[in-house]
Amino acid sequence: MQLTRAGFLALLWLFVLAALRVVRSDLYAAAGLRVSVPGFRRSAAKKTRGKAPRQLVVTHGALAGTRISLDGRPIMIGRADDSTLVLDDDYASTRHARISLRGTDWYVEDLGSTNGTYLDRAKVTAPLRVPLGVPIRIGKTVIELRS
Amino acid sequence: MSQPGPAGSLAAQGSDTPGSSTPTRRGTELAMLAFAAGLVTGALMLVEANQEQQLTMRLVYYGLAYLVLFAVAHGAVRRWAPYADPLILPCVALLNGIGLVMIYRIDLALTERYGDNWSEAAPKQVLWTAIALVMFIAVLKFLPDHRTLSRYAYMFGLAGLVLLALPGMLPSSLSEVNGAKIWLRLGIFSIQPGEFAKILLMVFFAAFLVSKRDLFTVAGRRILGVDLPRARDMGPILFAWGICVAIMVFEKDLGTALLFFGVVLALLYVATERFIWVGVGLVLFVGGCLLAYQLFGHVQGRVESWLDPFGNYEGGGYQLAQALFGFGTGGMFGTGLGSGRPEMLLLQANSDFITAAIGEELGFIGLAALLLVYMLLAMRGMRSAVAVRDSFGKLLGGGLSFTLVMQIFLVVGGVTTLIPLTGITAPFLSAGGSSLLANYVLIALLLRISDAARRPQTGAKPKPVQQAPIAEAHTVMVERPS
Repeated sequence: MQLTRAGFLALLWLFVLAALRVVRSDLYAAAGLRVSVPGFRRSAAKKTRGKAPRQLVVTHGALAGTRISLDGRPIMIGRADDSTLVLDDDYASTRHARISLRGTDWYVEDLGSTNGTYLDRAKVTAPLRVPLGVPIRIGKTVIELRS
Repeated sequence: MSQPGPAGSLAAQGSDTPGSSTPTRRGTELAMLAFAAGLVTGALMLVEANQEQQLTMRLVYYGLAYLVLFAVAHGAVRRWAPYADPLILPCVALLNGIGLVMIYRIDLALTERYGDNWSEAAPKQVLWTAIALVMFIAVLKFLPDHRTLSRYAYMFGLAGLVLLALPGMLPSSLSEVNGAKIWLRLGIFSIQPGEFAKILLMVFFAAFLVSKRDLFTVAGRRILGVDLPRARDMGPILFAWGICVAIMVFEKDLGTALLFFGVVLALLYVATERFIWVGVGLVLFVGGCLLAYQLFGHVQGRVESWLDPFGNYEGGGYQLAQALFGFGTGGMFGTGLGSGRPEMLLLQANSDFITAAIGEELGFIGLAALLLVYMLLAMRGMRSAVAVRDSFGKLLGGGLSFTLVMQIFLVVGGVTTLIPLTGITAPFLSAGGSSLLANYVLIALLLRISDAARRPQTGAKPKPVQQAPIAEAHTVMVERPS
């Protein structure tokens, strides 16, 4: 009697937990977003020139530590929910910037944002080639490409 | 019934590889549904065991029938909304199932108390569930895109107003049950048109706000550092407020009035992102409350039994006091399903007070789990609203999810004397066909919106449009430049 009572409550909570697991798996499903665990990070990404960039890393800002693996598709950055990197930043526009692959190089271009995109101090007005390890600044967020 | 094949989607769910096509996650849904069915069957067995009835194979059949019912719904989702959220349907199934078991359990208790005067509610509720699921499937089938709704917004708004006003206008013999004039009694069965009006009006309001939202963001005069809206933009909110007051006056229905006003405020806030609208709404709300308290006897009665249920034990506070006793008896772990005394809650034990009955038998832990299921449901709805790409869908999804939260807040808040009791049904749990039907339509709309949100956008669609002209183009002789 007591056992069934407790058992039923446990099962009820198991349902809730199972539902929460589904929710959690959904959170990370957004286009390869992975939050890196500090400590497991491989000794600072090598900045050897000539190597192809493999991932985009957020170095400063609310999303610091986030990595997005580059698979050739363009990376949309902005506050829009369907962006690859969704910024929650008052200084970012809905569709702020795009980083896309042309040939073998990655280019950053500003999509008419209000506060601008900066590639290492220089304001991005036309598509600019992004070398490895050079910071791109968008609002309070800084990202860079790493191999 | 379509035979679902879970294997493929289950595998896809485990390895959500980034970049690959969006998993539909229907397998997850089926697994969760089976889990819910198991829980409900278990609950039914516990009730039977604790009521010292014979445990027979019949129970397993009930469980299977329940599973088949929802498997059909699952098949419909698989067919017509394949990318819909995988959690919404299982959560609803669990709540509805637990509700059915509780209603059956309360039937046993009330038959004991009232004898043959009590007509059993559980078979009716099962029937209503089946009808509601048919409605659910119909909405999924005949509404392939939620944006279609916004085209008929004004018609829906008018229909909603008519439905809302109908019981108030009709003579009491046709519309009054237990002092609330919110029914339409059509011979053998009666419905509450207000439940459907709720959804129709929400569709209208969402479409209205999408097309007119700029009006509401115009700032008026600035007083004390707050941008007040212009007086002429206050029209819609005052109109909504007037309707709510009218509902209270003519239909004596506090719950619907509160729910309706709350939803209007939430939609306004979501559409404009300006807190001042909530502020204005709250001022109007407080005004309305004071007015209602001064004018209407039944509101005063509700407030009195809210402030002091034990002082009014002989009068209106009796059920509230019993609900509190029930929570007290249940404590942390509850008395166990089938061992409580829900008959003390009288005739409303299976509608307004069903959460009190659950609180007694499942305790705080069980009730908290159910409230979490409601929260998950609303959260998934809100998430779909955030993710969907059109503003009408965003507003409608947000509004629908908010309705669920608001309803459960009004019910549980009322039963636990956090707020005065307003007499509204707990969605999916309480006995009541109209509420069940309307809430299933609501869930179908939410699934439709979440399907639109998760459906992959790129590819397929633009290509055929571009290719068609090329395929049909005639061969043209071009002279070679010599």
